[in-house]
Amino acid sequence: MLIPAGEVTVGAFKDANGGFTFANIEQLFRQPHLQAFRNSIEISLVTALVGGLLGFLIAYAAVREGTPRWVRGVLTTFSGVAANFAGIPLAFAFIATLGTIGIVTQFLRDQLGIDLYGRGIDFNLFTKTGVEVVYLYFQIPLMILVIAPAIDGLRREWREAASSLGASSWQYWRYVGVPILAPSLLSAIVLLFGNSFSAYATAYGLTAGGVNLVPIEIGYFLSGNVLDNPHLAQALAFGMFVVLGVVMLIYVPLQRLSSRWSR
Amino acid sequence: MRPRRSIAPSAVLWLAVGAAYFLIPLLATFLFSLRHDQTGACCTLANYGTILHDPSFWKNIKTSFILSLETIAISLLLLVPTVYWVHLKLPRLRPVIGFLALIPFVVPPIILVVGLLDVYRGTPPWFYAQPYGFLVAAYVILAFPYVYFSLDAGFRAIDIHTLTEAAQSLGAGWPSTLLRVILPNIKAAALAGSFLTLAIVMGEFTIASLSAFHTFPVYIQQVQQDKLYAASAVSLLSFAITWAAMVSLLFVGRGRAVQVGAAR
Repeated sequence: MLIPAGEVTVGAFKDANGGFTFANIEQLFRQPHLQAFRNSIEISLVTALVGGLLGFLIAYAAVREGTPRWVRGVLTTFSGVAANFAGIPLAFAFIATLGTIGIVTQFLRDQLGIDLYGRGIDFNLFTKTGVEVVYLYFQIPLMILVIAPAIDGLRREWREAASSLGASSWQYWRYVGVPILAPSLLSAIVLLFGNSFSAYATAYGLTAGGVNLVPIEIGYFLSGNVLDNPHLAQALAFGMFVVLGVVMLIYVPLQRLSSRWSR
Repeated sequence: MRPRRSIAPSAVLWLAVGAAYFLIPLLATFLFSLRHDQTGACCTLANYGTILHDPSFWKNIKTSFILSLETIAISLLLLVPTVYWVHLKLPRLRPVIGFLALIPFVVPPIILVVGLLDVYRGTPPWFYAQPYGFLVAAYVILAFPYVYFSLDAGFRAIDIHTLTEAAQSLGAGWPSTLLRVILPNIKAAALAGSFLTLAIVMGEFTIASLSAFHTFPVYIQQVQQDKLYAASAVSLLSFAITWAAMVSLLFVGRGRAVQVGAAR
């Protein structure tokens, strides 16, 4: 595990003859690689935030008082499957749903007169927006799995204490719920960011390289479509490695903080 | 006793949104898979026939399955004694291994494959050019955190010190302690780890595709390129495999949280 990572790091600083160079790293800050990093980071941020919010709302809906107990069991199992259902089949499921001849696209066009691909909406599954929609399919379940135990940690007594002191629902969340959950929420969102940042198969299956992302670029170099510099793939991998390393540096301390309230 | 509160309307709303988001793509894939290959008309099972009669479907799914078994066997052989020993004699090492198990998160498959292709370039062809050599090496790394965390939870749940002392005082050596006393006690944890590994390996595309091996996910991608409707049939099959692995996982590890694989 450490050896390949080390190899990538060393390779990233090698030139074609094996000498030491910063040229590969410098390349990362030029086009199209800079754009790839921007796209990757943008998609990861959007899916982490949107997925985090939706995942939290769904998890809370399942865990809160009043919801039948079986809902939670079903949701957890299903999230486990959905979070693992990624890659080529997932990409295909969305092509069948929201692609140009997808079931939902056709239904909206024929029955409701809404053309997703037409003027006005201008949706396209094979662009950044499309990738984000598809990534949410595994981001939301991951959020549900990660955050549900933390929501469990919110004791009912706190809510009762708050309301008997005259707090409204909003005040409860503003002064009690969110501050207690903050570290868990943040660490879950950081995890989601990393999860989406390193995804390759799904984006590849969806766009076959049409959207410029860092993992897709690495794939291009490796499959031999571009042969100019083998060390560039390593430099790109090293760049990802740095981003994910930063993600971990944020994640680990947050994780410690968030375990404070868990039972 | 306080009166039972009924389900909140907003909870219903969000659960419905979630259910719709997850079920509609599956439903769409299913409807797609029933369409006729040429005309696109509904409804026929011909696509499933096409797939099931395709020899490369069986060949690739067999490759992936053998790969999973091999990965599971190697992971368990490596990790069961290690985790046992760490729990028994070196509990101070536990955080270190726990930290190591986080590394695959920082080194995802797409980075791993760049490094691995380079590291193993010099190795003999029976290893480098064979999926059963090269890919298994990669998959053992991918599966490591999942197997480790499963086993770790399993070992924490049993009193290994007492069990070991009892076994030893009855005259058992290390091998028979491990095989006949410890192993039956952590069977559920080992099975849980195995099912997770199965789900991961059966779905792993990145490494297999980029190192040019033909496995099940790579096959799905090839089908997708030339047979649109047949591809939805395979996609559903793949979903069924993940589903089966996860449900079995739940079955053996009752009550333990479901974990997340690395197929992305």
